[in-house]
Amino acid sequence: MELNILDYLVSFVVGGLICALGQILVVRTNITTARILVLFLTIGIILQTIGVYPYFKDFAKAGASVPIIGFGASLAKGAIDGAKTSGILGVFQGGLEATAGGIATAIFFAFIIALIFNSKTKHLK
Amino acid sequence: MDSEKRNQNYNTYVEAKVPKTKFWQALLKAFVVGGLICCVGQLFYDLYAYWFPTLSEAQLGSAMLSTIIAITAILTGLGIFDWIGAFAGAGSVIPITGFANSIVSPSMEFKKEGIIFGICVKMFSIAGPVIVCGVVGSVLAGLIYLII
Repeated sequence: MELNILDYLVSFVVGGLICALGQILVVRTNITTARILVLFLTIGIILQTIGVYPYFKDFAKAGASVPIIGFGASLAKGAIDGAKTSGILGVFQGGLEATAGGIATAIFFAFIIALIFNSKTKHLK
Repeated sequence: MDSEKRNQNYNTYVEAKVPKTKFWQALLKAFVVGGLICCVGQLFYDLYAYWFPTLSEAQLGSAMLSTIIAITAILTGLGIFDWIGAFAGAGSVIPITGFANSIVSPSMEFKKEGIIFGICVKMFSIAGPVIVCGVVGSVLAGLIYLII
């Protein structure tokens, strides 16, 4: 198999820059984790809705889809695609359908991992 | 000593004691770790594209995200992700790893309150807003598309 080095370079730089932007927000405003996730998710939804995200993703590859922006974008894309194919019903079905894999994986592993392991945060602090 | 002067003294004392946040260093760490996580994502994407050539682009992306979420969950369980998070700051929060970690961490932490009231109830105590805002936003996006 062939790996395109340029894909990795662009992913690294763009993904890194998005994280650096988040880091600046964290330091300057003491924003909480939940808020920062919601903020970037909303950016992704807006970018997808106005049609910018597909171009951004073509350019940045995983640098666009791994940050939570990509999660928001696929939610919005699912809902918009649903609207195209089955109207109002699709609007409500499409978003979660497109992201079902990620959400189900997160819930399943969180449950299993929580059953197996005990919290270690105490030892860290 | 009047209270104003005392406050002033206390403020200078606090300022001397509080560690100076190494702004640029933290920024660089977030950049490098965040970028590396995205590269890992790209690697899984390429691997899946090579192994399963029949999958569509969206399916490949979904499989790649699921893989990263699963790895993050296991690393969180082993306690390794806490170290990555402490090192990288936003570099581990903004990628999908932050979403996965914010679901697994509270589940583990509240395990002692029981399976239903601990794990199941607290699972979305941090990531809940992400799902809520995401679903509301996506429905709005779909409605906007229908109207326009």
